[in-house]
Amino acid sequence: MLLQYYMVLSALLFTIGVIGVLVRRNAIIIFMCIEIMLNAANLLFVAFSRELGDSSGQVIVFFVMTVAAAEVAIGLAIIVSVFKNHATVNVDEIKSMKG
Amino acid sequence: MSSTIILLLISPLVGFLINGVFGKLIGKASSVIACVAILISLVCSVLLFSEISSSKANGAISYSDGSLYEWISAGDLSVEIGIRVDSLTLVMLLVITGVGFLIHVYSIGYMHGDPGYARYFSYLNLFVFSMLILVLANNYVMMFIGWEGVGLCSYLLIGFWYEKKSATDAGKKAFIVNRIGDFGFLLGMFTLFAAFGSFGFEKIFHDAEMGNYVKIFGENTLKIATLLLFVGAIGKSAQIPLYVWLPDAMEGPTPVSALIHAATMVTAGVYMIARSSVLFTLAETGVYVAWIGVLTALLAATMAITANDIKRVLAYSTVSQLGYMMVGVGVGAYVSGIFHLVTHAFFKGLMFLAAGSVMHAMSNELDMRKMGGLKSKLPVTYWTFLAGALAIAGVPGLSGFWSKDEILHSAWDSGHHAVFFLGLVTAALTAFYMFRLIFVTFHGQSRVDPHVESHLHESPPVMWVPLVALAVPSLFIGLVLGWGGHDSAFHHFLGDVFYATGHQEQPSSSLPFMLISTIVAFFGIISAYILYSKDSPKDEPENFTMELLTNKYYIDEIYDAVVVKPIKGISQYGLWRIVDVVIIDFLCVGGVSLLTRGIGGSLRYIQTGIVQSYILSMVIGIVLFLGYYLFVR
Repeated sequence: MLLQYYMVLSALLFTIGVIGVLVRRNAIIIFMCIEIMLNAANLLFVAFSRELGDSSGQVIVFFVMTVAAAEVAIGLAIIVSVFKNHATVNVDEIKSMKG
Repeated sequence: MSSTIILLLISPLVGFLINGVFGKLIGKASSVIACVAILISLVCSVLLFSEISSSKANGAISYSDGSLYEWISAGDLSVEIGIRVDSLTLVMLLVITGVGFLIHVYSIGYMHGDPGYARYFSYLNLFVFSMLILVLANNYVMMFIGWEGVGLCSYLLIGFWYEKKSATDAGKKAFIVNRIGDFGFLLGMFTLFAAFGSFGFEKIFHDAEMGNYVKIFGENTLKIATLLLFVGAIGKSAQIPLYVWLPDAMEGPTPVSALIHAATMVTAGVYMIARSSVLFTLAETGVYVAWIGVLTALLAATMAITANDIKRVLAYSTVSQLGYMMVGVGVGAYVSGIFHLVTHAFFKGLMFLAAGSVMHAMSNELDMRKMGGLKSKLPVTYWTFLAGALAIAGVPGLSGFWSKDEILHSAWDSGHHAVFFLGLVTAALTAFYMFRLIFVTFHGQSRVDPHVESHLHESPPVMWVPLVALAVPSLFIGLVLGWGGHDSAFHHFLGDVFYATGHQEQPSSSLPFMLISTIVAFFGIISAYILYSKDSPKDEPENFTMELLTNKYYIDEIYDAVVVKPIKGISQYGLWRIVDVVIIDFLCVGGVSLLTRGIGGSLRYIQTGIVQSYILSMVIGIVLFLGYYLFVR
């Protein structure tokens, strides 16, 4: 019965991440919310790996963490350079994507 | 293929290229280059002439027909660039290069100081080149290239002074009217190709004689083909109903009128019919040619009577004489038609150049009512002009007498008696209007503007020497070539080129015809003397006939109302206002842009530039998809 708890927790974390991305204006917070979503997925992988006794789920988690680390490095760099250019990390004020 | 012919053909082209490309750099020397180019062609023509006539005397093959290379080859269609030289070609070559050379020399003086000096000479050389292509061709396609080439040069040279609107208008008129004729020529060519499977003269003429061709229009195949070709000749040689461009073509420089619109280009139609003599004889379409010719001759002669512009009188006279040539080739007297072509080239070229000399002296005045008494001021011009006028009027012994008489004689002999009488009336009119021109311009009291009179002068030698050089053959070439009527040197030289029907009747004695022609010519001259030799020509009587003649039978107005106005109307209200503006511009071009703009305009509201709204739409999409797959399916 332990698996259901993990699944619910994972779903909650994921939803928090999605809502955070949608409603927050601070780029760093949005970034953290993306991390939350990734880790929600990781949690689910680990839970299933343990439940099914298959270690490949845990291997995938390592991959995800590696990718997340790389993503953090690039993402934070982008945020730093955006801050240097616009003096803000508020995504509402950064509208140069609008055609 | 002898190298003489190639040199003859290429030389004017080289002259054109040098003058056309480097004209600005060479400046004055361009005239020398142009004249030398034509001189080379002239020398080559003379060499060819002696070559061919000596081989003719030995009874050897008297013509050459050879292909240089195959130009177009597709399926059954094969078009060669080939050259045919026979007696007819030689006569044309000598006329084109001979008269052409003199006119080039004359132009040195006439065009002196014109800003377009080099351009003028390059066009003139290009014209001679095109004309040579036309007469040297051994197939209809190559002939057509020359045919269009001379048309183009005619357009360029009529509109040479392009700052003048009347000149560019005249150029366009000439080009468009000629296009109508060319269209007929093209259709005729296609008909011939459909029937004979070839464009080559050699094959077409041979097969036509044998009756060995596809009868695409039944028995009328040849008739239709020749009539279509004749439409081409009507356009090029300014016959009814397409003659209207020639009088307007006088807007160009006068030497151009002499070379293109009197001596050479306009005779291309006559040459083409003579070249296709086999077809015209077999199809028996000559009678149409003769009738169109004689009507044109008469109509143009009556219009020449009332014209007051020297060059226009000469232009109508040219149309009229071209009509004579058509009568000649129409009644089957091809040699006589070509004979008149040759003599006409000399005396009409001469008269145009003399008229140019008058214009030169008179500061470009053309209205002969403002002249008079020029005889003493311009002696050389006067005497050479008189020589030309005597020749064209048909004074016994001079060129026009021989050639015109031969044509009329042939018309009678071939049974076209009505044509003969109309031709006779035209001959009287010709003498009349020519001497009217002489008396009004050169005799009587001077009516010249005193301001112009103060610097009235004879033209420089470079202009009057060609006049004299043309005056001599104008007077005597008829006698040299035409003595002996049907037994003359010219007939012997040309005779075997044309198709003989085989049952040629013994020509009747030519003495009565000569007598009649003489009486008619003197009648015209004397009546002109009585009416116009007195001082200051009295005002023309105002009556219906005069009104009709002065306005050239209102033919320009009729064409304007019947052809030009409707086309303009259709173009403006049908094609422009409806098809172009509404359908193409608004519906097609505008419609596409309006559609894209409309769709884009409504879709642009989605693009807010806020990343989170994009993400929201992604999330909604994912939720919808997942919901669909998990719960609905």
